[in-house]
Amino acid sequence: MKKLMLGNEAVARGLYEAGVTVVSSYPGTPSTEITEFSANYDDIYAEWAPNEKVAAEVAFGASVAGARSFFAMKHVGLNVAADPLYTMSYTGVNGGIVMAVADDPGMHSSQNEQDSRHHAIAAKIPMLEPSDSAECLSFTKLAYDISETFDTPVIIRLSTRVSHSQSLCETTDRVNITNKPYVKNVAKYVMMPAMAKGRHVFVEERTNRLREYAETSPLNCTIINSGKVGVITSGAAYNYAAEALGDTVSYLKLGIVNPLPVKLILDFAAKFETVYVIEELDGIIEEHCKCLGVKVIGKELFGFIGELSQEIIAEKILGKTPENVNFTEDIPVRPPVMCAGCPHRGVFYCLSVNKVRVSGDIGCYTLGASAPLSSVDTTLCMGASVSGLHGMNKADPEGAAKTVAVIGDSTFMHSGITGLVNITYNQSNSTVIVLDNSITGMTGHQQNPSTGINLKGDVTAAVNIESLCKAIGIKRVRVVDPYNLVETDLAIYEELAAPEASVIIARRPCALLKHVKHKPALVINDCKGCKMCLKLGCPAISNKGGKAVIDAVQCVGCGICTAVCRFGCIGGVN
Amino acid sequence: MVKSIMIVGVGGQGTLLASRLIGNVLINKGVDVKVSEVHGMSQRGGSVVTYVRYGEKVFSPVINRGEADIIIAFEQLEAARYLSYLKKGGKMIVSTQTIDPMPVITGNAAYPDEIIKKIKAQGVDITAVDALELALKAGSAKASNVVLMGVLAAMSDEPDSAWIKAIEESVPSKFIELNKKAFFLGKEAK
Repeated sequence: MKKLMLGNEAVARGLYEAGVTVVSSYPGTPSTEITEFSANYDDIYAEWAPNEKVAAEVAFGASVAGARSFFAMKHVGLNVAADPLYTMSYTGVNGGIVMAVADDPGMHSSQNEQDSRHHAIAAKIPMLEPSDSAECLSFTKLAYDISETFDTPVIIRLSTRVSHSQSLCETTDRVNITNKPYVKNVAKYVMMPAMAKGRHVFVEERTNRLREYAETSPLNCTIINSGKVGVITSGAAYNYAAEALGDTVSYLKLGIVNPLPVKLILDFAAKFETVYVIEELDGIIEEHCKCLGVKVIGKELFGFIGELSQEIIAEKILGKTPENVNFTEDIPVRPPVMCAGCPHRGVFYCLSVNKVRVSGDIGCYTLGASAPLSSVDTTLCMGASVSGLHGMNKADPEGAAKTVAVIGDSTFMHSGITGLVNITYNQSNSTVIVLDNSITGMTGHQQNPSTGINLKGDVTAAVNIESLCKAIGIKRVRVVDPYNLVETDLAIYEELAAPEASVIIARRPCALLKHVKHKPALVINDCKGCKMCLKLGCPAISNKGGKAVIDAVQCVGCGICTAVCRFGCIGGVN
Repeated sequence: MVKSIMIVGVGGQGTLLASRLIGNVLINKGVDVKVSEVHGMSQRGGSVVTYVRYGEKVFSPVINRGEADIIIAFEQLEAARYLSYLKKGGKMIVSTQTIDPMPVITGNAAYPDEIIKKIKAQGVDITAVDALELALKAGSAKASNVVLMGVLAAMSDEPDSAWIKAIEESVPSKFIELNKKAFFLGKEAK
């Protein structure tokens, strides 16, 4: 029977059926669930690595040892894993290596909108792009055959709408694969110049063979209908095109987006008067067609920004606009917010009140940038809060007394540690706040090296953040409870004033964790209307006719509002 | 003919579970189904939308403006926000619950009044239900989503048994009875 599966779940099923035994990833929306679903199979060893570079190297090692291995990440995670990946292209594989990268057109949950196909081209690695869950499953399995046949890692490119859409899949049994024998092969696996020169020749030859494969592979399929219009497309964009244009046009649906075929495209394009290239983000297929001398219409209509949709395609090609009704008044936006009871709120409130500059990072606490706390000044990438703070303080030493970095426990493990080493090694008077909520929050509660539990749910060693910071050379390390505003405020004041580098660990588990016990909802009696509590940006507190009211469904009784109310109006139920 | 159902609400209200329930009911009909979800940042109290599409062959997993046969709104402001996605002649189910977004809490924007009345004035077939109250009656505010599934079931051709089976497969065993109660309270409310 067919089963409804998330694209990410189908990739995991493909890993299982392909006989994969080692999976290592770092979570990142929209890729996270691949690894979580993989961990549900007893036959797969699956783990959360501290970051994507480590994950890629784990998969490389597993392959050299003979296993079929896998790693997954979001698009920006591939930047972190790029170093091992680009040279893995040279070493090739023993057991097959496949990785999945999930792009986020429209930036539902990301800091940029980069197109991962550029990495595949630059690293000279084949890239497959499924358009629904059934293809996620079948392409993943086929990717291992391609990997082992052509001696190359293979990238599966996903996007939010493929990863996070459920569609029907048919499953089969797992193939039982034993590890390939390990054979020492210095010319293949030790990439120093003499050997790498030889492997680069191999990589170029391999690309030619892969291009030949792309000319006839069933992954690149042609759907010929009547009419004089052809559409070249791939992935999610194929579905939007098929929805909008139906069988009035013909399609060349590319399942292999690197390397792109030549003859297949020339033959397809020759059949039509007009050829459109419909692809999300950058114009990679389009540029390839233009280099081949094929006249195509693409980015001039669709642009480079955001997601495509059937509506956009119908409008640009058919000139159709939707028939609908509209709400006639302004509708206030509803941006994401820190949850009621979020431990980060206490820290950002103290930073906001004291007008401290904040070098921010990637996680739930990026929301500290939003009104009304409006506390975060910069957000670049994972780990940049700590290293960026050092740069700010070197450029403006006096500013160090009013500038901090904030970074979550998982992000600190990912790439904050090296920035802290730089602070002690190169001596800046920096104050780093680790927001330790004991979990990777934004991606939906994944364990990390400081959690003490691994992906499979087993108890394991936990990195002690205090000891780690001390070992790095930070002498001033203190732990505060972010629900305790007095303690948190004092720590920030004292550490900013201290003439040396310091780390404040604001420790309290995420309020959404199942094991966290909540207090009863608070109530406001005889509100004076001063609106101090509304400055916390708590979604459980709203303003009804000039008086603050607490929503009992959302409130978890954290008590931060009790502490900020000057009139003592907020407390437990009478 | 592809049918499109849209579920809109505020992150944390349980829209994901609702879309999965509908998806489970539909696969048993033997039709093609796609369910599109959004995970990550918007789940943190932002405006969230999930799509369910079914028919002989479904290509796009998303629903665009003027395409939804039914919109189920878990919150009034979100009903207004996504009204433009409703097909002409489409139906809307709305929970009367209101949740102030942060710009309203901070006093930088006003929550529009009489939203349901204004949507109705546009000629939209709208069913308003106090799903939160019914969910509390069933035993938990979190069951609002299943109350609304009950309202949808009252409009659909699927037998109750299909919905109950989907509930049993989708919620933890200790909450099944509560959710069944919520489902029937919703069904009776229509």
